[in-house]
Amino acid sequence: MNGADGYLKSIYLLCREADGPAATGAVADAVGVSPASANEMVGKLEAAGLADHEKYVGVTLTDEGIRRARAALETYCVLERFLATALEVDAYRAEARQMQPVVDGTVAGRLDLIVERRPECPDCFLVDDDRCAHLVGPDDGSV
Amino acid sequence: MNVEGAVTSDRQLVRLLQMGVVLEEVVEARASKHYESLAADDDAEVDPAIAELLADARAESADHRQRLEGLIDRFDADTIPFDRIQGLVEERYSQAPPGSFDDVLYDQLHGEESAYKFYDDLIAAVEESEAGFDVDRAHLLSTLAALRDEEEAGVREVTQLMSGEP
Repeated sequence: MNGADGYLKSIYLLCREADGPAATGAVADAVGVSPASANEMVGKLEAAGLADHEKYVGVTLTDEGIRRARAALETYCVLERFLATALEVDAYRAEARQMQPVVDGTVAGRLDLIVERRPECPDCFLVDDDRCAHLVGPDDGSV
Repeated sequence: MNVEGAVTSDRQLVRLLQMGVVLEEVVEARASKHYESLAADDDAEVDPAIAELLADARAESADHRQRLEGLIDRFDADTIPFDRIQGLVEERYSQAPPGSFDDVLYDQLHGEESAYKFYDDLIAAVEESEAGFDVDRAHLLSTLAALRDEEEAGVREVTQLMSGEP
């Protein structure tokens, strides 16, 4: 997974929550970057045919953007579940966010063989908690 | 890979090395299960070439795991016990065993390809990083590059077997 996939995941979840376009400021907050960085990446996603951006309205994903975002979200869920269940890491959310740009979907597909992901993934992902809905246990959010 | 994809700390590097150990353990455990599964089928004799491929895969993954553990040891961190991953693999394997020789070969190919991709991305992420690690960077990179090259050779071997080439 690369940096763009992290943005796609956040835009997808924000649009799902709002049932409409996501404000670029909210995208910046979700990814943890400056508004200028978020604007730059949104422009790149638009140029790649993955997103549509309308000034003063916000950003939405194209069909291909949605497909990529859902795949990115599934990869992220695999990472959280892998860290929490196979490595028994308490701060699995924070560490999954760190690993996300380095781990490709192909690799996550292999880890998926041992993490017992649910068939409804990624629709059950908890946006507010930024975690797989079926993970329980400690996560203090720190690294 | 951009800077966002760089490895920025010892902790992150150790986690990725532990992930590498698990990827190797999954290959090792699934290769064993594949052999057991094929050998248990009374109606079909195990192709000697596939039996050799699975034996080689087990041995190579065990060797790769030990080399990764050698790196993890330098951080005074724990590895991931094989029996834990073996248990997780066996739990899932029984739910979706391979249906044919082809399924076994595709699974082996998937294992080799994903390991190659993992090492290639990790090398790029270390090269991209400006962080100092508690392990010699040149040794780290040369170890990872050797593992990547062996996975690449593994992809070629499985592909040749699938195409029936000598």
